[in-house]
Amino acid sequence: MATAPLPEASRVLDLPAPLPLDCGKDLPGVRIAYETYGTLAADRGNAILICHALTGDQYVASPHPITGKPGWWVRMVGPGLPIDTDRFFVICANVIGSCMGSTGPASAAPDGQPWGMRFPVITIRDMVRGHVALLDALGIERLHAVVGGSMGGMQALSLAANFAARAERALVIASTARHSAQNIAFHEVGRQAIMADPEWRGGDYYAAAGKGPDKGLAVARMAAHITYLSEEGMHEKFGRNLQDRESKTFGFDADFQVESYLRYQGLSFTGRFDANAYLYITRAMDYFDLAEEHGGRLAAAFAGSKTRFCLVSFDTDWLYPTAESRRIAHALNAAGCPVSFMELSAPFGHDSFLLDVPALDRVVAGFLG
Amino acid sequence: MAALSPLRPDLAIIAANVAPGSSVLDVGCGDGALLAALRDRQCDARGMELDPGNVAECVARGLSVIQGDADADLSFYPDRSFDYAILSQTLQTTKRPDRVLEELLRIGRRAVVSFPNFAHWRVRLALLWGGRMPVTRLLPVAWYETPNIHHVTVDDFRALLKERGIVVEQAWFLKGDRLTSPAAANFRAEHAVFLLSR
Repeated sequence: MATAPLPEASRVLDLPAPLPLDCGKDLPGVRIAYETYGTLAADRGNAILICHALTGDQYVASPHPITGKPGWWVRMVGPGLPIDTDRFFVICANVIGSCMGSTGPASAAPDGQPWGMRFPVITIRDMVRGHVALLDALGIERLHAVVGGSMGGMQALSLAANFAARAERALVIASTARHSAQNIAFHEVGRQAIMADPEWRGGDYYAAAGKGPDKGLAVARMAAHITYLSEEGMHEKFGRNLQDRESKTFGFDADFQVESYLRYQGLSFTGRFDANAYLYITRAMDYFDLAEEHGGRLAAAFAGSKTRFCLVSFDTDWLYPTAESRRIAHALNAAGCPVSFMELSAPFGHDSFLLDVPALDRVVAGFLG
Repeated sequence: MAALSPLRPDLAIIAANVAPGSSVLDVGCGDGALLAALRDRQCDARGMELDPGNVAECVARGLSVIQGDADADLSFYPDRSFDYAILSQTLQTTKRPDRVLEELLRIGRRAVVSFPNFAHWRVRLALLWGGRMPVTRLLPVAWYETPNIHHVTVDDFRALLKERGIVVEQAWFLKGDRLTSPAAANFRAEHAVFLLSR
């Protein structure tokens, strides 16, 4: 993907002032692309902000403009669903640093040229600052809830910790309060794959005749995709089955179904995502450590917060395992915050939060009230 | 939302004796029946529960419950973080009831503990005449699959309290769903509820 698309379906907000960032710089000319579903109540008290994951976008319950696929959480968000758009005004914004309409490395810098690697390194808290600016523009003082899975959960935690008055509830699914060494390691593999692709050109590939570092980005996606599945789930889906052949070829084609699947996942990803955005967002996740932002004590991040929290983990998620959610629950207890926490059983690994887990639907609906 | 079942007699006693508006941790809160009753009394009521299905049920009822184990997860609560720490029908299922009791009195300014009395006459009779581990209305599960791994009597519990210097502020004894007198409670009570402090 050589140029940043500005999908027409999305609404956009151009921030009136530069956005101050954790790195110390101000980001000028910030645009935030977002979608909304449902109707904002007269008292503006029924808004739910959904935060998307690393490669997600604002199309939570409407078709993706590039792939045409249904929204990424249509099983959870819609009329009569657990996040009921008949009752709630649902907002989902593309995070800054991404490539679906919000300002990121593929967007034009003030000099008219794409930012590329001149884009400042952003953090999860910077993304949240963008969300809060959007809430300000929409006139929403206090969210009924902020909801997110995976990196979306990090944003929900960060919003609840740094803008406590802005959210009545925070629902954090399959997430963590800090990236572990293993999490950082997997991301580094992905980044190195992108940067090792000669088409990456130091991040300055937007005007190049080629397609950009698609090969590197595809490998990054393949490595990451493994971390989203469980060993058991992969075994069940693919086993050692061969792809469209009777026997091994004694070569390096995709003999196994799992190889073919990963190659497809990698390739199709390059059609909808910007490689530099992948670098910046994975960096933001790696830098995330909510305790570090608050003097090293996670409980301090939530001191005095009146937000009600609900944390959900999945027993087969080895990317952000249950222990991470439990650690957050203990910190919230220590801070005296009302918190619910549970580990649900689901076979799909980290991706369980996006898939068919009826117990999750009940918890989400119940917690949102 | 499923309707809550009427409160179990020991829970009704606890609910009626927790001061309205206080903060409460219910350890082993089950389906949240007591938490819901306490919430109706304007309490800040939180729960801990081992069974994930029960936790999900509680959260679906809008209650704040964390999945956790009384033996392992109480240590994460700061001292005196609640007015009451409640342990109903759970003491006898813990690995170290004495340590759990100490934790309750560290976390809560007061602790409320309820348990089935293993010295009730029916239980004694079953053991004395039948020579078999009792299976009664309050202890309905056979020895090999019961979650009750530390059976306790009213007198055993009182002895432990004395040894640890724990004060009994109030105690209630139940026969079925009726209160029975403290006299000969160790023989006549099926169930005991203690309000404790240090």
